[in-house]
Amino acid sequence: MKVATTLTVNEIAYPVELDPGTNLLAAVRDVIGLTGSKEGCDDSECGACMMLLDGKPVNSCSYLALQAEGSEITTVEGLATGEKLAPLQAAFLSEGGVQCGFCTPGMLISATALLDQNPSPSEDEVRIALSGNLCRCTGYDGIIKAVLSVANAV
Amino acid sequence: MSVSSYVTAGSVDDVLAALAGGARPVAGGTDLVVGARSGKSSLPESLVAIHRVAELRGVRVSADGLRLGALASHEAICENEEIQARYSALADACTIVGSHATRAQGTIGGNLMNASPAMETGGPLICLGATVTLRSAAGERTIGLADLFTGPGKTVAEPGELLISVDVPAPAAGTGSAYLRLEYRRQMEIAVVGASALVTVDGGKVTDARIAMTALAPTIRHVPEAEAALIGSDGGPAAIEAAGEAVAAASSPISDVRGSAGYRRAMAAVIAGRAIEQALARARA
Repeated sequence: MKVATTLTVNEIAYPVELDPGTNLLAAVRDVIGLTGSKEGCDDSECGACMMLLDGKPVNSCSYLALQAEGSEITTVEGLATGEKLAPLQAAFLSEGGVQCGFCTPGMLISATALLDQNPSPSEDEVRIALSGNLCRCTGYDGIIKAVLSVANAV
Repeated sequence: MSVSSYVTAGSVDDVLAALAGGARPVAGGTDLVVGARSGKSSLPESLVAIHRVAELRGVRVSADGLRLGALASHEAICENEEIQARYSALADACTIVGSHATRAQGTIGGNLMNASPAMETGGPLICLGATVTLRSAAGERTIGLADLFTGPGKTVAEPGELLISVDVPAPAAGTGSAYLRLEYRRQMEIAVVGASALVTVDGGKVTDARIAMTALAPTIRHVPEAEAALIGSDGGPAAIEAAGEAVAAASSPISDVRGSAGYRRAMAAVIAGRAIEQALARARA
């Protein structure tokens, strides 16, 4: 069974037809074609698929796409303004927060959600908040530094 | 098997009608969809999405107690300053559920009705004396939370029943509570062993105590022997140790990838002791 719905991703409305069992990650990557968000564990352990749903973080592999009808979805593609990177994205580059890059979209979304809720976190708070996001390169140090550099600049 | 029927409910009556027709509810999806993705159990054939039902929302604290709508998120609960102050064990639990993504989407109703013996919120709510209201097309009933769970993933709820709300009476003056778990990771973690404690202190004496254990038995449950070791005592090291030992003695843990039964039993006394110390410190503050 396919259900017609509209998903609003990064302020663009996409009409789609989905099997009700389709998760949000599969809908955004495979149906809409925005492949920034990644499938890591597919078990809600690694955070590579993290998106924002009405501004709140969600592991999109574990959320039914049809439930997102009527909500604003934000993926890593929606963080920049045109060609201008968001401060967190620029900081990940300048602080060496990107190695293989697979966890980066989820890390950026997770850090965006953290700074939205707590604009000036301590290093401990950053480490705890991002510990739902795994980096398979173990490049945490640069990631933490990048988030802290933006937090301190605010 | 794929999902062949999906409806978004706008009201509790919509949900109950769908449940009566055999649908299963989904709210945050943090258990249901994860379980399906990991192959533990496939998605139900018929789903009713309940996340837009306004009647099921809300966190309300009054002089008489706390009322949580089934859709209250862990985030909404742990950010509430009155819950942090007066229902501390529940705030402790909701603060460490999953990651911030899980806490934003996951609901108290889902956490309780999934009936995991390792869930964070069950122990604190049992210690706090919570009741849950279940409603079906046939009527409504309110039961003690301790009577909800019958086994891993199993509750007394009938297929057509929906958890509507959780009610918690206001704790007596001089009461403190805490929840702690043994964990290997700070987020996206499941308790290896967990313990909840609620104590009421008057003068130098412990006048009331409720202790519950997590991931140590087929269901979350309270431990009367541990409570007896504390009530009437001075809440000193000997009483705390006796209570911790009583939790270990009452436990019947399993061995799995997360820990052996022997390790869990040994840690039960340690974690219970720390939860009791924390609850006593809060009661005396």
